[in-house]
Amino acid sequence: MATAQVVSEKNYLNESKGLWSWLTTLDHKRIGLLYMVAVLTFFLLGGLFAMLLRVELFAPGKTIMDASQYNQVMTLHGTIMVFMVIIPGIPAFLGNFILPLHIGAKDVAFPRINLLSWYCLITGASIAFFSLFKNGVDTGWTFYTPYSIQTSNGTTFVVLGAFVMGFSSILTGLNFIVTIHTLRAPGMSFWRLPLFVWALYSTAVIQVLATPILAITLLLIAAERLLGIGIFDPKLGGDPVLFEHFFWFYSHPAVYIMILPAMGVVSELITAFSHKTIFGYKAIAMSSIGIAAVSFFVWGHHLFVAGQSEVAGIVFSFITMLVGVPTAIKTFNWIATLYKGSIQFQSPMLFALGFLFLFTIGGVTGIILATIGVDVHFHDTYFVVAHFHYVMVGGTLMAIMGGIYYWFPKIFGRMYNEFWARVTFVLIFVGFNVTFYPQFVLGSMGMPRRYYDYLPEYTSLNRISSVGAWTIGTGFLIALFVIIHGLLKGKKAEMNPWGAKTLEWTTSSPPPHENFINEPIVTAGPYEYR
Amino acid sequence: MSTANSHSHNSNLAHHFKSLDQQFDAAKLGVWLFLATEILMFGGLFVGYIIFHGLYPEMFAEGAKHLDWRLGATNTLVLLLSSFTMASGVQYAQTNQKKKCVTALVITFLCGCAFLLIKYFEYSHKIHDGLLPGKFFSNHEAEHANLAMYFSFYFCMTGLHASHVIAGMCLIAWVAVRASKGQFNSEFYTPVEGVGLFWHLVDLIWIYLFPLLYLVG
Repeated sequence: MATAQVVSEKNYLNESKGLWSWLTTLDHKRIGLLYMVAVLTFFLLGGLFAMLLRVELFAPGKTIMDASQYNQVMTLHGTIMVFMVIIPGIPAFLGNFILPLHIGAKDVAFPRINLLSWYCLITGASIAFFSLFKNGVDTGWTFYTPYSIQTSNGTTFVVLGAFVMGFSSILTGLNFIVTIHTLRAPGMSFWRLPLFVWALYSTAVIQVLATPILAITLLLIAAERLLGIGIFDPKLGGDPVLFEHFFWFYSHPAVYIMILPAMGVVSELITAFSHKTIFGYKAIAMSSIGIAAVSFFVWGHHLFVAGQSEVAGIVFSFITMLVGVPTAIKTFNWIATLYKGSIQFQSPMLFALGFLFLFTIGGVTGIILATIGVDVHFHDTYFVVAHFHYVMVGGTLMAIMGGIYYWFPKIFGRMYNEFWARVTFVLIFVGFNVTFYPQFVLGSMGMPRRYYDYLPEYTSLNRISSVGAWTIGTGFLIALFVIIHGLLKGKKAEMNPWGAKTLEWTTSSPPPHENFINEPIVTAGPYEYR
Repeated sequence: MSTANSHSHNSNLAHHFKSLDQQFDAAKLGVWLFLATEILMFGGLFVGYIIFHGLYPEMFAEGAKHLDWRLGATNTLVLLLSSFTMASGVQYAQTNQKKKCVTALVITFLCGCAFLLIKYFEYSHKIHDGLLPGKFFSNHEAEHANLAMYFSFYFCMTGLHASHVIAGMCLIAWVAVRASKGQFNSEFYTPVEGVGLFWHLVDLIWIYLFPLLYLVG
C-alpha cells in the first residue's frame, strides 16, 4: 500500500493540468477518458429519447408527441445509440485505455491519430446533432432509400456526420491492429494475449474492412440528394435494394463491432471473478476471429423479404446460423470457467452473468430470425426489436457497465460504492427483461416496429414495457451517481483490488504516464490462477 | 537492439517505440491498412458499376463513346510516369541523395498537376455537352434512356479519384518540403515511403478506371 501511494502521487491524471492539456493529450489513457465523457453524454441523450418513446407508447393514440415527432425521436435514439454509443463504446473507451496496458506497451502505435479519431467522432456527432435537431430527420438510423432521398434537408448532414464518425471508427481499428502487431512487450506472444485483446483485434479487423463500405454508401446517398445521380433511384434506372445491400454489408458486420468487444470484456470478468484459469482460451480467441470472418457473409438476412432470390436467401440463412457456432463456443467456455471456480459476486461479475443470460436469449432469438420462413412472419415486428435489444443492451451495455466497474479502480485509482453498484445491476437487469420480454410477445402477435400507434389489444404489454424502460433508466441514472461518487469520494484503490492476473493490475492505480515504471517481461499466459 | 540504443536520442523516434525499425514497421503496416480501406471504399463504386453494367451494357458502351480515350490514355501515362518518379524519390531518400529526391518529388507533383489539368478539360467538355450525372443530365442526343447513370458513375468514380489525386499532391508537397530541409536519410524516410504507397494506389485505381470508363464499348 505504501509503495502504491508513493507511485500514485504522480500518474497520468495529474501529469499535466487544465482543460487544454486534456484536449491536446496524446496519452491513450486520457484519450480513453475523453471517449468516456463523450460516450456517456451521448448515452444519456440517447437514453432520454428512449424514455420519451416509451412514454409515447404507454397508451395508444397521441400521448406526448405527434407522429412526425415520434419518427424524429426514434431516429435520434437509433442514430445516437448506434453511431455514437455502442460502436465507439467499448473499443474506443475501454479498449483505448486497457489495450496498451494489456500488452505491456507505453501507448498505442499512433497517438496523434488516436486523438484525431476522437475529434472525428466529436465533429461527426456535432454535424449530425445539428441537423437532427434543426431539421428533424425522420429516416431512422438506416437511411433507407428512396425515403432518405426525398425527406427533409437535414438527412444530407446526418449522413455526412455518420461519414465523419466512420473515420473515427476506421482510425481506431487501424491503430489497434498496428499496436497489437508491433508493440507487445517482450514475451507477450499472441497466445499470451488477454482475450479482451483478441476481441479488440477481431473488432478492429471488421472496423477497418467494413466501415469503408459505409463511407462510400453514405457518400452515394449524399450525391443522390445533391446531384440526383440515380444509382438508388428506379426512375433513373437505379435500384433502392442495392442501397440495402451496401448498407448491410457494413451494418451487419458492425453488429459484431458492437458485440465482440463486449465478449472480450466478459471473458476478463468471468475468469477474474471465478479466480480460475479461463476454460478453452484458444477456442475463445479463435471464435472471435471466426465471428469476424463469418460476419461479412450474413448481410442478406436483412433482405429476406426485400425481393432477394430464394437461393440467396437460403445461403444467407445458413451462414447466419453458422454465427451461432463460435458464439456458442464462447458461451460454453465461459460456463465451463465458472464450474468449480471460486466465484465472487462483485458487481462486475453480476453484469457478466447478466450478460450470459441476456445475450443467450438475444443470440438464440437471432437463430429463430435467421430461419427464413419464421422471419417472413417476424420481419419488421417488435420481435426483431426485442431480439437486437437483447444483444445490444443485454449484451454490450451490460458488458460496458461491468467493464466500467471492473476497471474503475485502475482508471481512477478509487473504489466505487459496491452496494449501490449492485443496486444498479438489479434495476438494469430486471428493468431490461420487463421492457423487452413483452416485446417478443408483442412481435409474435404481429405488432409492427417503428409505428407511432398500435391497436388497443397491445396496450397492456406496452404498458409493462414502458414501466420496465423507466426502471432501466433509473438504474443507469444511479450508475451515473455511483461513478461520480466514486470519482469524488471513493476510497483509494489498491494496485490489484480483484486479484486479477492480467498486466494492467501489475502497475499502480492509476497508472503512470507511460503505464509501467519498468517494461514488463511476460513469462506466462494471462490467466494463471490455478 | 544495437540500432535502438545508438539512436535513442534520435528526434524522429517517438517515446513509445523502442527503435526506429519498430516505428517504421508500425507506420508501414498502418499505411497498408489504410490503403486496404481505400480499396474497399472504391470497391463499393466498382460493385455498383459491375451490377449496372450487367443490367445495361449498351448504356455503358454509349457513354464510353462520349469520352476521348486519347485523353484518358495520356492521363494513364502521366500517372505511370509519376509513379516511377515517386518510387525513385523513395529510393533517393533511402540513399541520402537529397537533391535528386526533391527533384523526383517535384516531378511527381507536376505530373499530378498535369493529370488534373487534362481532367479539367475533359470535365468542362462534358459539362458543355450537358453530359452530367443524374438529374442534371441535359444532352438530347442520348440514345439509351439511362445514359445519365453512366455519367453518374463517371463523375462519382473520377471525382472521388481526383479528390485522392489532390490529397496525394498535398502529401507529396509536404514530403518534398521536408526532403528539401534534409529531414530524411537512410535511417528515417518513413513519410516518403508512406506517401509513395498512397500515390501508387491512386495510380493503380486510375489504371482500373481507364478501361472501365473509356474503353468499355
